[in-house]
Amino acid sequence: MSLMKSLAGAVSAVALLSGVAAAEPAIIFDLGGKFDKSFNEAAFNGAERWAKETGGTYKELEMQDEAQREQALRRLAEAGANPVVMTGFAFGDVLNKVAPDFPNTKFAIIDMVVEQPNVKSVVFNEHEGSYLVGMMAGLATKTGTVGFIGGMDIPLIRKFGCGYAQGVLAANPNAKVVLNMTGTTPAAWNDPVKGAELAKGQKAQGADVIYAAAGGTGVGVLQAAADEGILSIGVDSNQNYLHPGKVLTSMLKRVDNAVYEAFKEGENLTPGINVMGLANDGVGYAMDENNASLVTPEMQAAVDAAAEKIKSGELVVHDYMSDNTCPAASF
Amino acid sequence: MSEIVDILISASFWAAVIRIASPLILATMGELICERAGVLNLGIEGIMVIGAFTGWMAVYQGMPLWGGVAVAMAAGMLFGLLHSVLTVPFGLSQHVVGLGVTLLATASASFAYRLMLPQVTSPPKITPFQPLYIPGLSDLPWLGAALSQTALTWFAFAVAGLVAFTLYRTPLGLAVRAVGENPAAVEAQGLSVTGLRMGAVIVGSGLMAVGGAFLTLSAFSSFFFEMVNGRGWICIALVVFGAWKPGKAVLGAILFAAFDALQIRLQQTALGAVLPYQLFLALPFLLSILALILMSRRAEVPAALMVPYNKGER
Repeated sequence: MSLMKSLAGAVSAVALLSGVAAAEPAIIFDLGGKFDKSFNEAAFNGAERWAKETGGTYKELEMQDEAQREQALRRLAEAGANPVVMTGFAFGDVLNKVAPDFPNTKFAIIDMVVEQPNVKSVVFNEHEGSYLVGMMAGLATKTGTVGFIGGMDIPLIRKFGCGYAQGVLAANPNAKVVLNMTGTTPAAWNDPVKGAELAKGQKAQGADVIYAAAGGTGVGVLQAAADEGILSIGVDSNQNYLHPGKVLTSMLKRVDNAVYEAFKEGENLTPGINVMGLANDGVGYAMDENNASLVTPEMQAAVDAAAEKIKSGELVVHDYMSDNTCPAASF
Repeated sequence: MSEIVDILISASFWAAVIRIASPLILATMGELICERAGVLNLGIEGIMVIGAFTGWMAVYQGMPLWGGVAVAMAAGMLFGLLHSVLTVPFGLSQHVVGLGVTLLATASASFAYRLMLPQVTSPPKITPFQPLYIPGLSDLPWLGAALSQTALTWFAFAVAGLVAFTLYRTPLGLAVRAVGENPAAVEAQGLSVTGLRMGAVIVGSGLMAVGGAFLTLSAFSSFFFEMVNGRGWICIALVVFGAWKPGKAVLGAILFAAFDALQIRLQQTALGAVLPYQLFLALPFLLSILALILMSRRAEVPAALMVPYNKGER
């Protein structure tokens, strides 16, 4: 009994000490899990980079179902984690409710704006990055038809699709863009089998380059495209390596940078809205040895020229979420 | 309209239909066996997850593809054993046990996956079943493309045939059907009701797991936590749709798959610009409900379905 007591005492002393020394940052991954090869994985990589560079440790939590959202957030805040970073728009409502209850804790949310004094909202100009990969698709297609496969149908994913369609048409005004959404529930992020079927369906319609913005479902799209001998475009993380020589490029969304920055700022996290676009390396496209043979110097030059114009403000890519319409595609 | 006709006559459409139907056929046969013996198995969704996980993991660890199928089947049978012990000799509520098995199986798969691959960032992939080349058949112009399927798909159809044959042409099948209709009469014949029902649930669960393994070994090459995505529940509806008959249930699976494949393609046509695509997403389910209503009016539900049997009770 006394042994148990002293053990318990030692444990709580250690817990207290570590609490005093420095609050650990924490990250909550959205449904889909941290190894989705995409959005959550980018966040995980950012956290890992911070841990390696600083030697620090962090708490992490993977959501298993929708009902855990609020609980997970409160649990981490109560445990003294600071800042608490979460990935995904779906945390928006919950965070709005939880943040005022923990005024001394800083929160960062990615992909959503939450206006609370202790919350930093990081949003990305996905339409700009998607425009660039759209141009690449428009230049690479031989059939004149390219595809887009979105995950769950939400305005954010339409923003990807709309930017992409604008880029395709800018590079190839006669091209046809085939659009698909996987579903209207969060399960649409995790159905690679459905993703593969969608890609095969688009190929049957003549598409020879397909851009997937669909989390885990997109992994199925890339797989099917490689099997069918057509090109695909990855999203969020650099997915070129998944099928070397068969993934044209990936639209990079530097979620890793956002998480890294938030962890680095620590308890001094600056609240407010932080927009990450082409100009501040928040989005971009991936070039590496896996797709070097697919992207010609001319293609790259054309895309880079457009990128410069977007950075300088000379070229404005329409943001679907600004008015819920798209000039280049109908959803 | 001509767009729909174009889709319906394309070989790639029918290839997709057969592909989408295969896992449904396997799992539906599993559920059908359970229900014919008088046990509703709501563990199907979770057992499919277990099958998808164990089959894939076995191959990832170096087993051959058919070895993965066998491992999935064994794992499914294990959960079937759990289900049947609770529902048959103990006579517990089949609804509660079924949902419990689904939750347990799903959670076990997540847990085991993380335990075995704690820090994998490169995508764990296997080389899945490839479409089978059948001399003669594969060279036919239209049919060759439509029937360009993996061995596991052919296996699914073979299983359906075997289930139909066993149920209707063998003494064992007669006993299984009888135990779902009038267990007391089976007992009077000197057969074990408990043994027959448990056996049916265990074998049926094995087939469900192979249906799940189809997703990771044939349709795709990696395991994702939520990839079964309600397919198990669809199979429960397909058993009702098929009026508890294997042939009709296979037809139902093909019909459902056809609507699903059509839905994908309609979204991409000019029709998709006119009608909201959510309508197409809902189409397979809407039509399934409609067909269910039409079909089930004449359906013969196994009389002893969901009725626990207590020896000697009248």
